[in-house]
Amino acid sequence: MRHRMTGRVATFGISALAGLAMGAIAGSAQAADDTIKVGILHSLSGTMAISETTLKDVMLMLIDEQNKKGGVLGKKLEAVVVDPASNWPLFAEKARELLTKDKVAAVFGCWTSVSRKSVLPVFEELNGLLFYPVQYEGEESSRNVFYTGAAPNQQAIPAVDYLMSKEKVQRWVLAGTDYVYPRTTNKILEAYLKGKGVKDEDIKINYTPFGHSDWQSIVADIKKFGSAGKKTAVVSTINGDANVPFYKELGNQGIKAQDIPVVAFSVGEEELAGIDTKPLLGHLAAWNYFQSVDTPINAEFIKNWKAFTKNDKRVTNDPMEAHYIGFNMWVKAVEAAGTVAPDAVIDSMIGVSVPNLTGGYSAMLPNHHITKPVLIGEVQENGQFETVSKTPGLVPGDEWSDFLPDSKDLISDWRKPLSCGNFNVKTGKCGGKGS
Amino acid sequence: MRRAFRWLLAACVAIATTSAALAADLRPLVQTMGSGGYAGTEKALNQLSEAGDPAAVPVIEALQAGDLYVRKADGLVVIARKAGAGFALTDPLSGAVVGEAASGAIDKIKINNALRRSISATLGALTLMSPDPATRRSAAEAVFKSRDANALDTLNTAIAKEKDERIRRVMEQARAAVILTAGASEGDTQTAIATLTARGDRDALALLSMIAASGATDALKTAAAGAVAAVEQKLMFWGALQNLWYGLSLGSVLLLAAIGLAVTFGVMGVINMAHGEMVMIGAYTTFLVQQGLRTYAPGLTDLSILLALPAAFLVSGGVGVIIERSVIRWLYGRPLETLLATWGLSLALQQAVRSLFGPTNREVSAPSWMSGAFELGGLTITYGRLWIVVFAFAVFAALLVALKRTWFGLSIRAVTQNRPMANAMGIRTARVDALTFGLGSGIAGLAGVALSQIDNVSPNLGQSYIIDSFMVVVFGGVGNLWGTLVGALALGSLNKFLEPYAGAVLGKILVLIFIILFIQRRPRGLFALKGRAVEA
Amino acid sequence: MLTRFFLMGLDRKAGLVLTVLALLAVLVPVMTLVVPEGSPWHLSIFSVSLLGKYLCFALLALALDLVWGYVGILSLGHAAFFALGGYAMGMYLMRQIGPRGVYGNPILPDFMVFLNWKELPWYWLGFDHFAFAALMVLVVPGVLAFAFGWFAFRSRVTGVYLSIITQALTFALLLAFFRNDMGFGGNNGLTDFKEILGYDIQAPGTRVGLFLATVAALALSYMIASGIIASKLGKVLVAIRDTESRVRFLGYDTESYKLFAWTLSACMAGVAGALYVPQVGIINPSEFAPASSIEAVIWVAVGGRGTLAGAILGAVLVNFGKSYFTGALPELWLFALGGLFVLVTLFLPKGLLGLWAQLTARLPSGKGKGAPNGKTADQKGM
Repeated sequence: MRHRMTGRVATFGISALAGLAMGAIAGSAQAADDTIKVGILHSLSGTMAISETTLKDVMLMLIDEQNKKGGVLGKKLEAVVVDPASNWPLFAEKARELLTKDKVAAVFGCWTSVSRKSVLPVFEELNGLLFYPVQYEGEESSRNVFYTGAAPNQQAIPAVDYLMSKEKVQRWVLAGTDYVYPRTTNKILEAYLKGKGVKDEDIKINYTPFGHSDWQSIVADIKKFGSAGKKTAVVSTINGDANVPFYKELGNQGIKAQDIPVVAFSVGEEELAGIDTKPLLGHLAAWNYFQSVDTPINAEFIKNWKAFTKNDKRVTNDPMEAHYIGFNMWVKAVEAAGTVAPDAVIDSMIGVSVPNLTGGYSAMLPNHHITKPVLIGEVQENGQFETVSKTPGLVPGDEWSDFLPDSKDLISDWRKPLSCGNFNVKTGKCGGKGS
Repeated sequence: MRRAFRWLLAACVAIATTSAALAADLRPLVQTMGSGGYAGTEKALNQLSEAGDPAAVPVIEALQAGDLYVRKADGLVVIARKAGAGFALTDPLSGAVVGEAASGAIDKIKINNALRRSISATLGALTLMSPDPATRRSAAEAVFKSRDANALDTLNTAIAKEKDERIRRVMEQARAAVILTAGASEGDTQTAIATLTARGDRDALALLSMIAASGATDALKTAAAGAVAAVEQKLMFWGALQNLWYGLSLGSVLLLAAIGLAVTFGVMGVINMAHGEMVMIGAYTTFLVQQGLRTYAPGLTDLSILLALPAAFLVSGGVGVIIERSVIRWLYGRPLETLLATWGLSLALQQAVRSLFGPTNREVSAPSWMSGAFELGGLTITYGRLWIVVFAFAVFAALLVALKRTWFGLSIRAVTQNRPMANAMGIRTARVDALTFGLGSGIAGLAGVALSQIDNVSPNLGQSYIIDSFMVVVFGGVGNLWGTLVGALALGSLNKFLEPYAGAVLGKILVLIFIILFIQRRPRGLFALKGRAVEA
Repeated sequence: MLTRFFLMGLDRKAGLVLTVLALLAVLVPVMTLVVPEGSPWHLSIFSVSLLGKYLCFALLALALDLVWGYVGILSLGHAAFFALGGYAMGMYLMRQIGPRGVYGNPILPDFMVFLNWKELPWYWLGFDHFAFAALMVLVVPGVLAFAFGWFAFRSRVTGVYLSIITQALTFALLLAFFRNDMGFGGNNGLTDFKEILGYDIQAPGTRVGLFLATVAALALSYMIASGIIASKLGKVLVAIRDTESRVRFLGYDTESYKLFAWTLSACMAGVAGALYVPQVGIINPSEFAPASSIEAVIWVAVGGRGTLAGAILGAVLVNFGKSYFTGALPELWLFALGGLFVLVTLFLPKGLLGLWAQLTARLPSGKGKGAPNGKTADQKGM
C-alpha cells in the first residue's frame, strides 16, 4: 500500500515538475521592444560576492544615468541582474540564460579567470558580447569579449620597472595565489626580470591556496629572503580574501614598506577598506585608476557613486572604472552602429575612444583590449592610494605577452580581413603557434 | 630675586636668539622642501641632514607625519594641523602661529618610500644625542638600518658620550654597519664583523653576507663567511623554535575555532554546521563594538576588544539559544537532520550578514597592545598571536572548570549521559539543552573576537574554519575536551612543520591524509569515549 | 539471470519512474528538434542542457541515496566521485580539442603550454580514446572508493567519523586538483571543449544526444539500484543500516556488503559527473568542495531518504529552485535555500515522498526515533 502510494506521488511529482520546468523555460519571455536589455553577470553570493557585488551596483548606476540622458537609440536600457553564486558552471548557465532567454544586447560581468573561461564558449557560440572589467593574465583574445581591465603589460611590468629604478630593488619575491592569473603574471615577470639580469637565486616564487589565512611562516620566509644583503621587494598577486590576513601579518611582523615594499596587483581600495592601514603605509599597488586621482571627471563619478549607493563611505576602484569605460564604449559603439546587433557593434567597437577617469581617453584596440595609463600608488593611512608614479602616455593592452616563448609570435586583430585572435606572424597563419 | 628673574629673562632671550639665528640658516632649506616634487624634497632633506642641526627635527617629523604643507598663495612651507573646518598653520622652525587656511589653500608635501627611508635616516642621525634614552636607541637602530656614512662622526661622538650600556651596544652595531657599508681599514672592518656576529640576527646576516660576497680582501671574505656560518647556525636553531611557536599559534587558533564545536557537537551530538557562522557573528559584534566606541567614546577604542568579549559571547550565545529553541530541539536523536538544518541556517545567516553589512570586509583594527612584535632571543613573537594563544588556553580552562566544577556543568554532563534519568532527578533538560547550545555558540563568538584580529571580517569568515574545526574535534575524539586541545595543537604543529618542506597547499593535503589514516587506526579519535554507550 | 535481477526491482513505483524517464526521452527531442522555434511547445537547447544537468544531479543523488538511505553510510564526499568522473571525461574532451587550442599545440592542452610543459604527463596517456576515458570514468572513482572503503569499513569507522573523513577526502582532493602542478588545469579546470566522438559539442543534435544518454544512464542506474534493493543483498544492506552489529553476529561479512554498495555508488556518481561535464562545458576543482557534497545530501533529504524516486525528485526540485531563484530573486536565493533545508528537516523528516505517504496512508505519526534519549539513539540515527 505504502509503496504504491509513494510510487504514484513520485510519478506525479516528477512529471509535474518536468512539465513545470519545461513550461517555464519553453515559454520564455519575449523581450519588450521599447527597451534594450543589458545583462549583469556578477556573483552576489558565495566567495566572490565580496568583490563582484560592487560591480553590479556600478552597472546599475551607469545604466540609470544613461537612462536619465535618454537611453540609447531612443530606447531605455533595462538591467537584467542574475546571480551566478560564485559557481563556475552556473556562470555558463546564467550566460546562456541571459543570451537566449532574456536576449540581452550585451553582458557586463565575470571577475575570476575561471568564470570568464567558463562563459567564453557560450558567448562565442551564441555570438554575444561580454565586457570583462578585471585585470587578468592575458593569453586570450575572443571576438566576443572586450577586455577593459589591464593586461599584464598594463600593470605588472610598469610596477616592476618602478621598483627597479626608484627603489633599486635587486631581489624579488613573487608571491601569489595558485591560479592562472598569478601563474602567468609571475611567468612573465620572471622572464622579464631575467632579461634585466636578475639571477635565479634572487627570485623566489611562492604559491598559496585561495583564502589562505595563516601567513606566519611565509611572511617569516620573506623576511629571511630579504636579509641577504640586497634590496628586496615582494610582488603580490595574492587574491581576494587572503590579502587581509597577509597584510595583517606583515604589519605584525614589522615588515615596513621602507625595508621590503610589497607591490600588489589585486589589492584596491575595496580590499583596503577591510584592513587597518596604518602599519601598511607605503606599500604599493599598481592599477590604472585610484580613487584618489584628482580630476574633475573622477570627482563627479565618486559623487554620483556615493549618492547612488546612499553611502558616504563606499569607495571606488579600478574594475569599476573599467566598467565605466566599457559601458560608455558600448553606448558609443551602439549609437555609431545604429543597432544593437552583435556583429555590427563588434565592428564599430574598435577605435571607439571615451574619457577615462584619470583625465585622458581610452581607446578600444583591434585586439579588443584598451589603452590605459598605469599608476603606481602607495597606501596611505586613510586607506587610499597616493599616486607616486604615472606612465607618461597610455599603454596599449598586449594580449599575447612578448615574454612567453609560446605567445611572443602571436597577435590578435579583429578587423577584417584578418579577423583572428591568435594570428602567428611567423607562420602567417591564424591558429596559434602550430606544431 | 629681581636680579635672578632678569638673568632668567636674559638667558631666555639669548636662547631664543641663537635658535632664531640657526633657524635663519635652515629657513631657505626648509623653504625649498615644497618644490620640485619628490626629488626636490629629497634634495632639501639631504641638505638638512648635512647641516646636522637638531633644530630641523620638528620640520622633518612633520614631513614624516604628513603635516608639512605649502601655502598655495605664497609658497610658504608651514605645518598645518586640522582645526575645525580648515587648518591651523604654524611655522615649522619656530612653532609660531602663521594663521589659518582652508583645505583647498594649502598643498601637502607628499612623501614616498624613498623619502620615508631618508627621513628615518636623517632623524636617526639628528637625534643620536637626544636626552631621551628611548629616542637615542631608536635613532641608533635607524642609523643601523640606513648605514648612512654622514652619521659616522655623530655616531662616534654619541658612543663616547653614551652611558647606557645597551644603547651603546646598538650604537656600536650601527657604527659597524656604517663601516662595513662604507669601507674602512682592515682592522676596523674585522672589529665590525665581530660586533655584528655578536648581534647575530637577520639584519646582521644581511650585512655579513654582503661582505662575504664582495669583501675587499680575502681575509675579510673568510672572516665574514665564518661569521655568516656562525650566525646562520644560530638562526637555524631559533628557526626551529620559531616553527614550534607558529605551530602553537596556529594550534590555538584551531583550538579556539573548535572548542565551541566540542561542546555543541562533542557533548550534545548536534552536527552544527552553523558553528562557523557563530564565529562570524562574534567577529561582526567586535566590529560593531569598535565602531560604537569610536563614535561615542574614542578614548576607549583600545579596550574595544576586551569589551567585545562579553558582547560577542552574549550575542552569539543568544543566537545559539534561539536556534536551539526554534530548530535543534525538535531534532534530538536525529543528528543527521541537525546537519541539514544547521547547514540551511548557516546559508541564511551568511546571506543575512551580507545583506546587513554588505559583502565587503569590515575593518577591525588591532588595539595598540596587540600590535607589533617583540624579540625573545632569536624568536620574533607578535603580540597579537601571543594574546590569542593566551586567550585560547584561558577559554579552554574556563570551559573545563565550568563543566567540571559548576552545577550547570554537572547538569550538562548528566543530561548527556542519561537524559531520562537526569529528567527524573529534577533537571530541566530542555533548559539545559538550550543553555549548552548557547554556551557552545557563545564560545564560538569569543573565537570570532580573536579571529577578527588575524582574518577577514566578512560573511565567509566562518566557512573557512568549519572543516578544520570538525577535523580537530573528530581527530581528538568526540566528547572529550582534552582531545580537542591535543588535537588542535597537534594538527597546528604538524601543519607548520610540513609547510616549509611541502609548501602550504601540499602541507594541508598531507595533514588531511594523515587524519584519514589516523581515523582508520583509531576509529573514535585520539581520546575515545569508552563504554557501551558509544557502540552503535 | 540478469533479466530476472532487473525485473525483480520492477515494482509499480519503478515502472512509473521509468515511464516518466521514457516520456522525457521521447518528448524532449521532439520538442527541441521537431517543433518549430516560434511554437509555445518548442523547447530551447538551453532548457535541454538545463534538464540534462538536473538529471546528472539526480543520478548523483540516486547514488548517494543507495549508500545513505539503504546502507546508512552518510557520505559527505560523494561529489568527489562525481568530480573524478567528470575529470576523466573532461580529459578526453580536452584531448579532442587537438590543435584548435589558442596556442595551436596538437598534443598539449593550452594550460600545459602556458606552464611550459614539454610533454603530456603519463596519467593523461590514453585519454584521447573515448573507450579508455569511459572506462576510467568508472575505474577511477571505483578504485578510490574501494580503497577508501576497504580501510574504513574494516577498521569499523562508522557514523559521524566516517562522514567527517569522507569530507576530509573530498577536501584533500579539492586542494590537490587546485594545484597547477598537478596537471589538471588548476583552478581554471578543463573547459572550452570542442567535440565529443566527432560531434560538435554545441550542436543541438549533440546536446539532445547527451540528454538522452543521461536519461538512459539514470534509468539503468535506477534499475540496478532497485534491483539490488529488492534482492536478498538489498535486505542485508538494509539490515546493516538498522543494526550492523546484529547482522555481523548472524555471520554476515558486513564489510564486504558495505564495500560493494559503496563502490557501486561511487561508480554511479562518476558516470553522473562524466555526463555532467560535456553538458555544462566546464569541470574545475570547486566541484570537489565539501559544500557540493552537502548539497547533494540535502537533495536526497528533501526528496525522501531511502526512496530512490525521492532522491531523483529532490535533486531535480532543489536545482530547479536554484536556477529559478538565482535568476528571479538573486539576493534572496540563499535565504530560500537555507529556509528550505530548515523547513524540510523540521516538518518533512522523511522528505516529500514521506509526507505524501503519511498524508494518504495515515501512518502512525512519523517522528520515528523522535524522543531524545541520549547517545545511543544519536549514533543510530546516523
